[in-house]
Amino acid sequence: MPGKLKAKIVAGRHLPVMDRASDLTDAFVEVKFGNTTFKTDVCPKSLNPQWNSEWFKFEVDDEDLQDEPLQITVLDHDTYSANDAIGKVYIDIDPLLYSEAASVISGWFPIYDTIHGIRGEINVIVKVELFNDLNRFRQSSCGVKFFCTTCIPQCYRATLVHGFVEELVVNEDPEYQWIDRIRTPRASNEARQRLISLMSGELQRKIGLKVLEMGGNAVVGYLQCFDLEGESGLVVRAIGTACTLDKLSSGSAPNTNTHMHPNTAPASNACNSPSKDGKESPLAHGCRSTHNSPVHSVCSSQRLSQNFSVSVPTLIFTGMGSGGSAGKEAGPLRTLLRQQTQTALEQREFPFFTLTSFPPGFLLHVGGVVSARSVKLLDRIHNPDEPETRDAWWEEIRQEIKSHARALGCHAVVGYSESTSICEEVCILSASGTAAILNPRYMREGCLDIGCTDHRFEEPSPPNCGFCHIPYDELNMPFPAQLTYCYHCRRQKVPDVLFTTIDLPSEAAVAGKGCLIQARLCRLKKKAQGEANATAISNLLPFMEYELHTQLMNKLKLRSMNALFGLHIQISVGENMLLGLASATGVYLTALPAPGGIQIAGKTPGDLSSEHISSIQKRINDTIAANKELYQINPPELAEEGVGSPIPEPRHRSRLFRSHSESSDELSELDLSHGKKDAFVLEIDDTDAVEDIHSLLIDAPPPSGFYSCNTENMPGISNWTSGVQMFTSVRVLRLSNANLTNQGLNKIFTDLCENLLKSFYFKLRSMIPCCLCHLNFTVAVPEEELIQVTVTAVAMTYDKEQTQERTAEKPVNKGSLEVEDQLQFPLELCADSSSSNIQTASKISGVGESTNMSPRAASVDYGSFADRCSTWLELLRLKAHTIRRGSVKTISSLERCSPLQEGRSRSLRSSRSFGGSSVTVVKMTPLSFLPGTRIIKYLGIINMFFIRETTSLREEGGVSGFLHSFIAEVFAMVRAHVAALGGNAVVSYSMKECVFMENPNKNQAQCLINVSGDAVICISETDQESSTSTGNTGQTGGSETDGAT
Amino acid sequence: MRLDILIGIHSTSEHHRFINPLNCACVIYPTVNDAVKVRMEGGVMDECEASKDVLLSDTMDQYRTFQMCERLLHSPAKLANQLLFQIPPHRQIMLIERYYAFDDTFVREVLGKKLSKGTKKDLDDISAKTGVTLKSCRRQFDNFKRVFKVVEELKGPLVENIRQHFLLSDKLWLCDGVGISSWYFLDNMVEDMDVDLDKEFLQELKELKILIADKDLLDQHKSLVCTALRGKTKVFIEMEGSFKNLSRGLINIAAKLTNTKDVRDFFIDLVEKFIEPCRSDRWSAADMKLYLTHYTNSAHILDTFKHQVVWDRYMGVVKSCIFKMYHD
Repeated sequence: MPGKLKAKIVAGRHLPVMDRASDLTDAFVEVKFGNTTFKTDVCPKSLNPQWNSEWFKFEVDDEDLQDEPLQITVLDHDTYSANDAIGKVYIDIDPLLYSEAASVISGWFPIYDTIHGIRGEINVIVKVELFNDLNRFRQSSCGVKFFCTTCIPQCYRATLVHGFVEELVVNEDPEYQWIDRIRTPRASNEARQRLISLMSGELQRKIGLKVLEMGGNAVVGYLQCFDLEGESGLVVRAIGTACTLDKLSSGSAPNTNTHMHPNTAPASNACNSPSKDGKESPLAHGCRSTHNSPVHSVCSSQRLSQNFSVSVPTLIFTGMGSGGSAGKEAGPLRTLLRQQTQTALEQREFPFFTLTSFPPGFLLHVGGVVSARSVKLLDRIHNPDEPETRDAWWEEIRQEIKSHARALGCHAVVGYSESTSICEEVCILSASGTAAILNPRYMREGCLDIGCTDHRFEEPSPPNCGFCHIPYDELNMPFPAQLTYCYHCRRQKVPDVLFTTIDLPSEAAVAGKGCLIQARLCRLKKKAQGEANATAISNLLPFMEYELHTQLMNKLKLRSMNALFGLHIQISVGENMLLGLASATGVYLTALPAPGGIQIAGKTPGDLSSEHISSIQKRINDTIAANKELYQINPPELAEEGVGSPIPEPRHRSRLFRSHSESSDELSELDLSHGKKDAFVLEIDDTDAVEDIHSLLIDAPPPSGFYSCNTENMPGISNWTSGVQMFTSVRVLRLSNANLTNQGLNKIFTDLCENLLKSFYFKLRSMIPCCLCHLNFTVAVPEEELIQVTVTAVAMTYDKEQTQERTAEKPVNKGSLEVEDQLQFPLELCADSSSSNIQTASKISGVGESTNMSPRAASVDYGSFADRCSTWLELLRLKAHTIRRGSVKTISSLERCSPLQEGRSRSLRSSRSFGGSSVTVVKMTPLSFLPGTRIIKYLGIINMFFIRETTSLREEGGVSGFLHSFIAEVFAMVRAHVAALGGNAVVSYSMKECVFMENPNKNQAQCLINVSGDAVICISETDQESSTSTGNTGQTGGSETDGAT
Repeated sequence: MRLDILIGIHSTSEHHRFINPLNCACVIYPTVNDAVKVRMEGGVMDECEASKDVLLSDTMDQYRTFQMCERLLHSPAKLANQLLFQIPPHRQIMLIERYYAFDDTFVREVLGKKLSKGTKKDLDDISAKTGVTLKSCRRQFDNFKRVFKVVEELKGPLVENIRQHFLLSDKLWLCDGVGISSWYFLDNMVEDMDVDLDKEFLQELKELKILIADKDLLDQHKSLVCTALRGKTKVFIEMEGSFKNLSRGLINIAAKLTNTKDVRDFFIDLVEKFIEPCRSDRWSAADMKLYLTHYTNSAHILDTFKHQVVWDRYMGVVKSCIFKMYHD
């Protein structure tokens, strides 16, 4: 019985008129927690009632405190008939359960009704008194902190990263229960809201328990999702990364660059906020060995990797002598250490990390993207308490991801995420991440105490290219690929192209700016039921992935870039079509070879004249040249210097295969005919191909002054100024023509996305120069012939002058830094060398593992309708690239992600507080930071679920008006909750779910929205007065405008 | 496009009117298409390479945002602590002032007509006559009704009430030319009479007639005022000459106020009987102030004049009306 919850209802304001006769309301409030309900007195005839109630006290278990929301219902008292509900407020009290966060929740909350929207506000104070409970068998996990942020939160440092945590809970969806036929829509919506709130609480508690079990105290990169499976139920699932976080004392500015020397502070080497803080410290300490035997080559058909190159064997870095020493959970490396660690390996454990950016030194090498999809037929969940089926499904997918990563010679997966797409009874489960090799130092404590001599580390990699070096084995390349020596250090091999799901490491050396690259694809599908449908979908998936990747690759080359970060591929299923959308941020990594161009080859004789081909070729070449200019990609071309291998005259070629039919027969045919050619040529063999090439060129570059990316940081820009505007856009397109072809659909879909971007640029034109960051596109097929695209992003202004200035001064800085780095590395690396002797064993285990894996995964299990997408890899294999240039990039040429202190201090502005306003201004951003400010406190996670329904759609301004006001209301409620916690900003905000359904004939519509983020207190960086004046002038636009909605 | 919304971006620099989407752009143009047309003519598209679709979608967003905000503007006191929009206070004030702004021409037309549904139908005519768009007429008309509906049930000084409930500054409501101030004070008077149930006061106003009916009193008053004014103004001669006429004018207006019909003519009378003569004599605003101050105060010194309270109240309103209405 370790908790007492106290709530006090103070007042209400702006209540709706409930009594038409008097134009007034007799309001009272019911406060409910668990099964206990209290009531306030009725405050007669007032739209602004003052209740000033006593403290309502609930004595409850902390388990309930975590699961249950405090439920506040405002009602209108009616003497003769039933009391009318005005609306409700659900308050998640979880933030009060850990000491560092909020101590009281107090403020004005919008009173929300699922039919009418916001109806006035209510002032509530909530407190919790927790009694310590030392019971080890307790069911609660109070005290575990949750963060949506996918990096180590500012003002914390990670002393230990334990690894992956996941959980899911299932229940019946109230909307589909029999009782729903007799209850009102309001009751049904409220039942659903309440249930999901309960389930989220329970889920969070269970995840917390797992974290405690592992010895951690926080979950970072917490990602919670709902699967509305309709008849078969409701699944709430979450994944995250368990960490042990230490709060940094407020004195030490989290923004300063605390590069700790590994020898002195081994276990506390975490750096705060890796993503945005400019740090000089190396990202990756190359731990490579050229003399070790190859890890092993695995059947490539399993791998969904975009990284087509292999080189010097990189050892699986098993830095853990005794994995169990850090407590029960030794984290991701455990699977690889099964021979060494005494701890039993549990099946559910995966070396996955939901983080996308890391403390310096954490990420050693990046292998490439690994992903897995599986098509399932939904079945009614019979026993909600035993959600084994769903668990097993995800287990399978994760196993597969794990084996993909191993095939790439990597022991971990970073930037990991999971998603689903559901249509009727078919469900596509997807997971993706980036195979990587991590520095084990963070996995367990004390590992650095081991002596610092290791023969393996003869030559450390420079910080800004180490992560590009291939982790897999060159001698057993799973597929034909081209490797070159790193253009930086010239010692290690790098692939020609690198795809990842993570953010660009801040130390990475890039040339020019990054840009958003999207691949879009529609595929028609015959309507079908049950197994036939699932089979059809799983047959289509490989082709879609293949085409998406081809598009990405071509667009990347068209922009003269060689790496993708933040890659997210979404495949959405509808009744008669599949939608694929891949978004990523392209960037030119100077460590990688320069991308070649695209060559057009006319294959089919006849229709296409050679002039035509050459004109297309010219257009492509022009576009590439223009893009180089636009993104300022001018890596200095130092003459052919001793790069290890003499590279033949580059034939910048790529081969694109077009599959006209989805039959697998043809697929294998393609495989045979082209598998061995390593050329990259766009072949024009029919009119479709011409259109494809045109569509390549269709992507309009952003207007001048704009840049865009889908990652946290914009490669090449870091000097943010004051203007920050988060926005959300939803578009639903009704396909008018029933007889659409794939081509036609593609065009429509591409236009939809392009037009959205154009709209953003138009709206934001006053913010130039400005960058759209974290552009997050979500596609859905809510109904037949409807395509829904939801975008959330943040527009941030930056200082243009400064960029140029810095580019100029950069090389100078760079040189000295380099020296420093060189000095530091060897030491650090020595420290890392915990257990070289384990490698062999682990390698062996790796071999065994992967050989075991391949046959199993290659078979398509139609019994469960799981398609492992194994075939598409064969397709990918067809693509071979030789894109190199006989030149070497020098280190000094780079513009690194700059030291941010500099950029920040200049961009600093005082965030003006509007003293006159009684409402706290709460800023929202999908990023983990707000430029010019420093987060001093995390107040807890915001995770809210709302349903809104209307039976008067036309009167509310049609679908657009309805959804517009709903989203605005959701924003208002999020802000109110943050303000009540004492916060002034939401970071890592995301709209996870926006399900919109309408029935125009009945004048009805319904929408479900799930949003989440971290409530924080941030303060402006006050140190530089000089910049305040300039900041303020620039700010007028920003601060005023971000105000509304 | 079945659905198309964008929420969160609220700044465009294209045109003054569009600086804030919540501002009058949406008030001025009756339909989205009109607004799009105006914007296109304004050259946004050339300068930003935007297509018509983009412009249309942008304008629609602004209209929707405005509609949501309009509900709040109907009770401006809510605007300050509502949670739907984060609007900095100075923006809020601007918003309210813009929303409650009037066209002089419109007000002159509505002036004196009863605020009822009947008038609403006439808005079409007024719109045609004044060139103010129908939408704008409706907004202004509704604003009047809204303000008076709220204020009529409240006790206390009207200006204060309006200020409190609609956060409108005097500046907005009083300085916008004759029309607006007329309207405001007309209703001020009406409210004064109806709401404060001061029939008595109106009756007593009749008693003021003594000031012009009694020859002695009139002369006495004149000499007091003239003594006080002598040497302090350049138009002293004119003041002295027109004193009796002006005084008669003001007091006759007062006496007629019991008659509802005459209440409606209050400002017209005021202009005809007082302001116009002064203006033709080239009084400055300072002169006017000086004159009215002394004119009011001198009456207190008159031995036989017993209606000081009524006089002060009446002159208080009249003075402030005239001050607002009289410009150099």
